[in-house]
Amino acid sequence: MRKAKLKLSERILRALTWAAAFLTASVLVFIVGFIFIKGLPYLKPSLFAWNYNSENVSLMPALISTVYMTFLSLLAAVPLGVFSAIFLTEYSKRGNKFVALVRVTAETLSGIPSIVYGLFGMLFFVNFLKWRYSVLAGAFTLSIMILPLILRSTEEAIIAVPDNLREGAFGLGAGRLRTVFKIVLPSAAPGIFAGIILAIGRIAGETAALIYTAGTVAQFSVNPMESARTLSVHMYALSNEGLHTGEGYATAIVLLLLVILINAASAWAAKRIGVKK
Amino acid sequence: MNCFEIKNLDLFYGGFQALKKINMEIEAGMISAFIGPSGCGKSTLLKTLNRMNDIIEGCKITGSVRLYGEDIYNGADVNLLRKRVGMVFQKPNPFPMSVYDNIAFGPRTHGIKARCELDAVVENSLRNAAIWDEVKDRLKKSALGLSGGQQQRLCIARALAGSPEALLLDEPTSALDPISTGKIEELLLTLREKYSIIIVTHNMQQAARISDSTAFFLHGEVIEKSDTKTIFARPADKRTEDYITGRFG
Amino acid sequence: MKNWKESIMRAVFFLSAAASILAVALICLFLLANGLPAIGKIGPFAFLLGKDWSPADVPPSFGILPMIVGSLYITAGSVIIGVPVGIFTAVFMSHVCPPKLYKFIKPGVDLLAGIPSVVYGFFGMAVILPLSGNSILSACILLGIMILPTVITISESALRAAPEQYYEGALALGAGHYRSVFSVVLPAAKSGILASVILGVGRAIGETMAVIMVAGNQPRVPSSVFQGARTLTANIVMEMAYAADLHREALIATGVVLFVFIMIINLSFSALKRKEK
Repeated sequence: MRKAKLKLSERILRALTWAAAFLTASVLVFIVGFIFIKGLPYLKPSLFAWNYNSENVSLMPALISTVYMTFLSLLAAVPLGVFSAIFLTEYSKRGNKFVALVRVTAETLSGIPSIVYGLFGMLFFVNFLKWRYSVLAGAFTLSIMILPLILRSTEEAIIAVPDNLREGAFGLGAGRLRTVFKIVLPSAAPGIFAGIILAIGRIAGETAALIYTAGTVAQFSVNPMESARTLSVHMYALSNEGLHTGEGYATAIVLLLLVILINAASAWAAKRIGVKK
Repeated sequence: MNCFEIKNLDLFYGGFQALKKINMEIEAGMISAFIGPSGCGKSTLLKTLNRMNDIIEGCKITGSVRLYGEDIYNGADVNLLRKRVGMVFQKPNPFPMSVYDNIAFGPRTHGIKARCELDAVVENSLRNAAIWDEVKDRLKKSALGLSGGQQQRLCIARALAGSPEALLLDEPTSALDPISTGKIEELLLTLREKYSIIIVTHNMQQAARISDSTAFFLHGEVIEKSDTKTIFARPADKRTEDYITGRFG
Repeated sequence: MKNWKESIMRAVFFLSAAASILAVALICLFLLANGLPAIGKIGPFAFLLGKDWSPADVPPSFGILPMIVGSLYITAGSVIIGVPVGIFTAVFMSHVCPPKLYKFIKPGVDLLAGIPSVVYGFFGMAVILPLSGNSILSACILLGIMILPTVITISESALRAAPEQYYEGALALGAGHYRSVFSVVLPAAKSGILASVILGVGRAIGETMAVIMVAGNQPRVPSSVFQGARTLTANIVMEMAYAADLHREALIATGVVLFVFIMIINLSFSALKRKEK
């Protein structure tokens, strides 16, 4: 049989679809490749020196501050987010007004851009509570920002836990609390974990919310009331000064590797609960 | 002696009345079967016996249920009640944890922490449920690796670990193959001496094979209850006869 | 004893759930309390429609019309660039892509979503600026890339959720593969795709760091896409460091205006979602 000739419209649509996919893929390859080519020459051991100074713009203090900032933000946001999700799914009746309000506000929070969080953090934590530019002010600002992310992923993971496990626990005389902590949360753990990992990604990549809350001091301090910069803020500062863009690209490589790692971990965790993102 | 005494029990889901004026006595130390077509209320009544209906939103109950003379709806601790009245569900629902932890979940819930005590309870319950030999070498492995029939016997063992006075089974074999079903039925017959067993079943042969007494439900009412031989040989009510002979349901 | 434990934890869960509500309330309160007085002092008309932003002049003028226009232009431009590519790529991923290729392209899109704004900014400065200079066009190209993952991910799941019968029905009528997808599946998924566009708009209008690095940031009403422009977000970040008194308040008021834009976008998004149900 003669191969049917494709109609013109069909051919155009096919060309556009492939072209768009090709464009997206090449943009990604180009960005990643470009960053690596520009940054690799500067990715030297000295970049990981313990101290930052104007000759050697080491990213080590910023890297440690990023970890510290992430830790503090999660410390505040994870219990809040997980507990909220528990309340929404296990402790409230359907059609409850309070629950509806929580959902609406959580959705609102997830739509607010980081610069608005930055403004709020500056007005509330830095000025009103007089914490000045500090890791703590930054971490609390970020914890509000990632709260809806953790709430949502936890909620989805909890909903995915089959009801017959709850029935089983209740049937053995376990109360609601014990059922939640011993049966529901362990089963939902991979999904919650995936959400936390994504939140770490957002924290590591955040700049606008931090400049006016955590400040831009390039040294690490254990005291959470001191100012410090994360890797992303570090990059922005380097580009602003314009003197060390090479080191900026090297920092970008570290951030990119971090993102790749985070995405892989999150995908791995999400697969374990069988919840498709 | 009566294990359960049910008096004037009405149960509503929102506006729908699922159980109507149920009066029933369930004898201790034997197997009672609830039979009837889908939606007749047999499972609902079963769940009132350990208050599993409490979980369902909009469920309202009037009347009284007594367990060995004690009213289970007024002032009773519901968690303690569920320890005293074990339940096994339609689909095996082992928790995603080890075989050991599954069995130990109930005892731990009720305050048993000592390792040696738990070890003894676990072994005893698994032996009672006739599954010890199959799982004794894999107590620390996930219970989800067991076959469906083994999982269901594990769930029975799990219910037995709380040393209950009564055991409720809600169509426990409907998700199992005939061989696993046979094993469960055998198991129930050996358990009869120690526990009062109430089983809801769709399978009339099953009720005839293992139960001592049978109640027939229709549209939220108990039509007839008597010993199993009588009800299958000479049903008093026409509707029971129709159901048993397969004319509807 | 068990019962008070239950009650206490129930209260803890409830309070955690209330945190989202509290956060939104605090954000609104602090932004409005610090921003509205400035709008009052400057005059809402002069503030919103004033074409002149010269905080250093005597007397200063605080008109943010250039920034409003800048934000709208740049957002519109990035949508024009990003949305078609995004939708075609989503079609590629949901209905064209062979599974082997999908295994690479899906993590690729996730990576695009995870790349921090500053890294995009670095890329834009080095690659886009030499082509089109500090301009609206550069910002649109960069933001167009940045909203791609949002548009792709949400459109793809909408396309996948469209009933399979539609596609099969069209095929059975003799339409080609691409014709069937574009004329039947795409319209069936249109509310999901629209949602992806709205979220893309939200991301574009709220984006800060990457835009600053390529848009030129001149506070004047632009007359061509080759000119530079300043967005609302850029206005806040660039001047907050040294602003004082009314100038500072005017920047916070800029944040209020941005917040209002975001709320409009959020509201239309949730209205769309409600309609879908």
